Amino acid sequence: MTTDKAGRVHSRGDAQAHVAAAHAGKGQSPLLRITLYSLRHPWRAAAAIGATIIASVLQLMIPRLLGHAVDQAQGILSVGAEGAEQALFWSAMTLLAVSVARGVFTLCQNYFSESVGHHVGYELRLAFYDKVQRLPYAYHDKVHTGDLITMGLLDLDGVRMFFSTGLVRVVLLSVLIGVGAYMLLSTDVVLGLLALSFVPFVAWRSSVAQLTLRATWIVLQDKLSALTRVMEENLGGIRVVRAFSAQNFELAKFEAASEAALELSHERVGIRVRNTSIMTFSFFAAMGLVLWIGGTKVIAGEMSVGTLASFLTFMTILQMPVRQLGMMVNSFARASICGNRLFSFIDEPISIADKPGVPDLKVSKGILRFEDVRFTYPGATHPTLDGVSFEAHPGQTIGIVGAPGSGKSTLAHLIPRFYDVSGGRITIDGQDVSEVSLQSLRRSVAVVQQDSFLFTTTIENNIAYGDPWSKETKIERAAESAQLHNYIKGLPLGYDTVVGERGVSLSGGQRQRLAIARSLVLKPAVMVFDDSTAAIDAGTEHRIRSAIRRYAKDRVTLVISHRLSSLLHADMILFLEDGRIVESGSHEELLAKGGRYRALYDLQTRPDEDIHFGSAAQ
Amino acid sequence: MSVIEEDDRETARFPGQRPPRASVGSHRIEEEVFGKAYDPRTVRRIWAFVKPYRRKIYLSVAAVLVFTATQLAIPLIIGRAIDSGMTEGGNHTNLLWAVGMFAVVLLVNYGASFVQETQVGKVAENVLFDMRRAMFAQLQRVSLSFMDKTEVGRLMSRLQGDVSSMQEFLETSVISVGDMVLLVGIIVVLLTLDFRLGLLTLSTMPVLFIVRIFWLPRAKRAFWAAHETNSITAGAMAEGINGVRTVQNLDRQKVNFDLYDDKAYANLQTQLTGSRYAQVMVPIVDSLTGMAMAIVIVVGGSLVLNGSLEIGVIVAFIFYIQRFFDPIRSLTMQYSIMQRAMTSGRRITEVLDVPASITDKPDAITLTRDMDGSVEFRNVDFGYSADRPVLKNVSFVVKPGETVALVGPTGSGKTSAMSLVHRFYEVQSGAVLVGGHDVRDVTQESLGEQVAMVLQEPFLFTGSVFDNIRYNKVSATLDDVIAACKAVGAHDFIMRLPGGYDSVLEQRGSNLSLGQRQLLSFARALVADAKILVLDEATANIDSYTERQIQKALVTLLQGRTGMVIAHRLATIRGADRIIVLQNGELIESGNHDELMARDGLYAKLYNMNYASFDDIPDELVAQANARAANT
Repeated sequence: MTTDKAGRVHSRGDAQAHVAAAHAGKGQSPLLRITLYSLRHPWRAAAAIGATIIASVLQLMIPRLLGHAVDQAQGILSVGAEGAEQALFWSAMTLLAVSVARGVFTLCQNYFSESVGHHVGYELRLAFYDKVQRLPYAYHDKVHTGDLITMGLLDLDGVRMFFSTGLVRVVLLSVLIGVGAYMLLSTDVVLGLLALSFVPFVAWRSSVAQLTLRATWIVLQDKLSALTRVMEENLGGIRVVRAFSAQNFELAKFEAASEAALELSHERVGIRVRNTSIMTFSFFAAMGLVLWIGGTKVIAGEMSVGTLASFLTFMTILQMPVRQLGMMVNSFARASICGNRLFSFIDEPISIADKPGVPDLKVSKGILRFEDVRFTYPGATHPTLDGVSFEAHPGQTIGIVGAPGSGKSTLAHLIPRFYDVSGGRITIDGQDVSEVSLQSLRRSVAVVQQDSFLFTTTIENNIAYGDPWSKETKIERAAESAQLHNYIKGLPLGYDTVVGERGVSLSGGQRQRLAIARSLVLKPAVMVFDDSTAAIDAGTEHRIRSAIRRYAKDRVTLVISHRLSSLLHADMILFLEDGRIVESGSHEELLAKGGRYRALYDLQTRPDEDIHFGSAAQ
Repeated sequence: MSVIEEDDRETARFPGQRPPRASVGSHRIEEEVFGKAYDPRTVRRIWAFVKPYRRKIYLSVAAVLVFTATQLAIPLIIGRAIDSGMTEGGNHTNLLWAVGMFAVVLLVNYGASFVQETQVGKVAENVLFDMRRAMFAQLQRVSLSFMDKTEVGRLMSRLQGDVSSMQEFLETSVISVGDMVLLVGIIVVLLTLDFRLGLLTLSTMPVLFIVRIFWLPRAKRAFWAAHETNSITAGAMAEGINGVRTVQNLDRQKVNFDLYDDKAYANLQTQLTGSRYAQVMVPIVDSLTGMAMAIVIVVGGSLVLNGSLEIGVIVAFIFYIQRFFDPIRSLTMQYSIMQRAMTSGRRITEVLDVPASITDKPDAITLTRDMDGSVEFRNVDFGYSADRPVLKNVSFVVKPGETVALVGPTGSGKTSAMSLVHRFYEVQSGAVLVGGHDVRDVTQESLGEQVAMVLQEPFLFTGSVFDNIRYNKVSATLDDVIAACKAVGAHDFIMRLPGGYDSVLEQRGSNLSLGQRQLLSFARALVADAKILVLDEATANIDSYTERQIQKALVTLLQGRTGMVIAHRLATIRGADRIIVLQNGELIESGNHDELMARDGLYAKLYNMNYASFDDIPDELVAQANARAANT
């Protein structure tokens, strides 16, 4: 629990409550759901809407007061110069008071409606982030990260801003146009109709313009991201570009992408200008008509100059909000589309979650068992694992080999339930992994991935990623075992060096070593190296292996590798082919067997002797 | 300049525990944002981009002036219509005249606004694209040494963010000319209509100026803070998405959620502050408007009552007052836009001014396919900086059709030697000759056509498999591409992709394995069909099946070509016609495998260590081998 600068209390419980609230309202239409969600801030919302109504009414009083004052100045409404000046003074004071009040209420209107939006944004961000973290691998496999990021930024904005740019504006325009029209029409029907004549036209043009601009905006974003891609890939692959002397080719590619975007940008300028010009025109045309017909009425004595002036000022007041009507329409369209996407994401069922009331995994010995495990990826027809059974005891190292696509990594991913088995079961000390809590399971199983993700933060934070409260000595020991400590010590900032996208860039081997260190900090019962030494040279790998052996005494170690030398010391090697274990045994046994393992071994130790390049001109 | 202090609340957020070694997201503090608002040198450079469109700019400035004039005229006409047409019993003719005038002004206004907005919008877009093109083209020319030390992200932000703020500046600057004229116009008109009343009304104007002067720096900081926290939060979210597998793998969800909550909450606070700063101006402007109107009513009203002022003037005043504060508001905003634009402009010119250190000589010759395909290093000295030599007096000849393997421990200068064949960098002394010509005497383009290069890290572009393999050899047909793929053994897996050769490679081929990407880059080099092939063998471990395929592909690739291979695999090294051993930038041994083994130097020592690849040999062992070789 903490207090912010304003002294309000912000607690962790609130954050969880926001996440829970975002899940309410499943099945509602997006606009209704956003509205109800926004109304979770009843006081702010009520203040915003109340202030909007008051501010609009105050604003509508201004033309009246002005008209009145104009008439007073002509001495129409009062008797004698004294009385007239008195009246003018009071009109002026009223006008001043109304202006000040209007300003204050407009402030409240804008601030509170934005504030609702910011709160909704904050809460939805939490719900979104929470969902991202909960959805299993299978979901992230099928959805692009870029699409998710767009959803979390742009769709969320569309939803967040609906209250202020949509709902509040409906209130504003209803009061302004409704009450305004009533006031005008009750004063003079003909002139009132003329004064309002621009409203439907401008509303229509403005809506069409906004919707067209939005549609083209989406296309423009695509074109611009194509352009970005061309530039980024060119700069990232500059050596390839230079190697093929493809600068002109690249420039042409850039030019094409650039032209496409520019053309559309010009088109959009056209759409915008055509509409704004015609809107201004229709507004002034209506004003001209009011001046003409109103003027005639004044001459005929049917109307005072003040009333005419109030009609004219009323029009100028109405102009802006009516022009922005298109933005309101757009806000509805956007919120509906964005809300639909965002809420279906938030409502996405989580296929891998704790069953209700499951106990934590209790590791006593640490025996890992695969019992006839079968697995098929969602959407695939062919099983990736087909009846895999084996048992591993603490202290044992199990090596797994096989051709790409034989199911090696999948096997590793099933243990911590990144995916759920399609058949059979996996147990640790007799407990089915799907019958224990995910948190306890994942803390007991560490998988070092081949392509591990490093976070843009210090080396220390990266190593401590799985256990942010681990002691410094523990972190350093892990780094030592991963043969990374000396390198880190050699960096000017040591363990405080920031790595990743915006820091020191590490080589593939260093990244893998960092990932290994990251897992060594934990004390898992099962440790899996999923081809995680591919970029590390054999010598270093050997040293890592001997260092790890100290850790490995009381745990099961699974090593997936292409490099057979990495598996020489495994207690048992499983040879996978098409999701089945086709050979198993120790290195020596498998060699003696003379089967597939033997063939692979020969391939690696005695590469084709007949390789010879070129037709040498010796 | 960062307004956000690192969140010290993180400590308190985990009660009863010491702070975790953890953070989410990362944030690059943006470079200087509020600099000088006017820098003549930068302006001159920017002007060069605007100059081609100057007629359009003049036209739109003229249109802006006309547009502003019509805006100034409308209240005047209304005032005249009232005074000459409606008061004292009225005058239909005068009213009609006024309405007629109104109609004319209206048409002119329509035309002017159309011209102005179209021109300004399009010119600003054009300038934006031109600037980007100029920078991009320059980046194609600059030396690789510059690209080596510059982050792609930094360049991208110049190609995108900086050009956008220039565009914003151009768009608003024409409009602010209009604002300026409008402001002056209103002042002049008000004073002309009635000097005393005008002066009194205008007295409210400086108040707004003063308020804005105090408000602006604070508000700017608040807006900037809101912007910063927003991108921090967005960055943390993106990281959460990109790293989601690792997060779940290491069970970091809870800690991350709390850390993210802190960032999102801090963002909420700065957004609210920003919003407060933005909105506080509303009642101030409204009050000043009310004040000005009150003055007009009280003072102007009594003037009308004495008969010394006409009522139409009052109406005109009221109309002007409603427009009065708009130009002040946008002009003060323009100042920040200018500051931003100057900073951006400076950064853009920095990129444009990076020298293209490697250029074709004016009389450079075109290297053709008839050249013999030999490569020669003649006493080459080279270093990325003068004081740290990478290659020292290296001389060797690769005969046409011969395959030479370059071997040596890390840092021995192999990669640099390879880069020199393609003239990525200039030698410090000596010369590199291709086909008997100094690479400095031939055009870079023709050199690139005759020397194909395969890099260690295969780089693929977004696009179809076909486009990637053909790359810039647009004359290559689908059959050529298929033939090349069959030759390197990539055809089969390509056909297994859902769209075959038309399959689009997502995110630089991340849907392919490293080995497969390697094979595609081989096919690309084969299609390029150059006489000389320079190849940096991949060090990463590839599964044995693909590895074998790659070895076979290498043979195909080198057939009938001169080859220079930075070899890591013993198989590749043994297969070469000749081996050149580099160490610390010096050529220490040269010959075929048997000769070198007989010589019993460094090569023989390393070979006898029985590692599958020279790069696998730990540094200490290399040092030992060296010592032993030196002793013999």
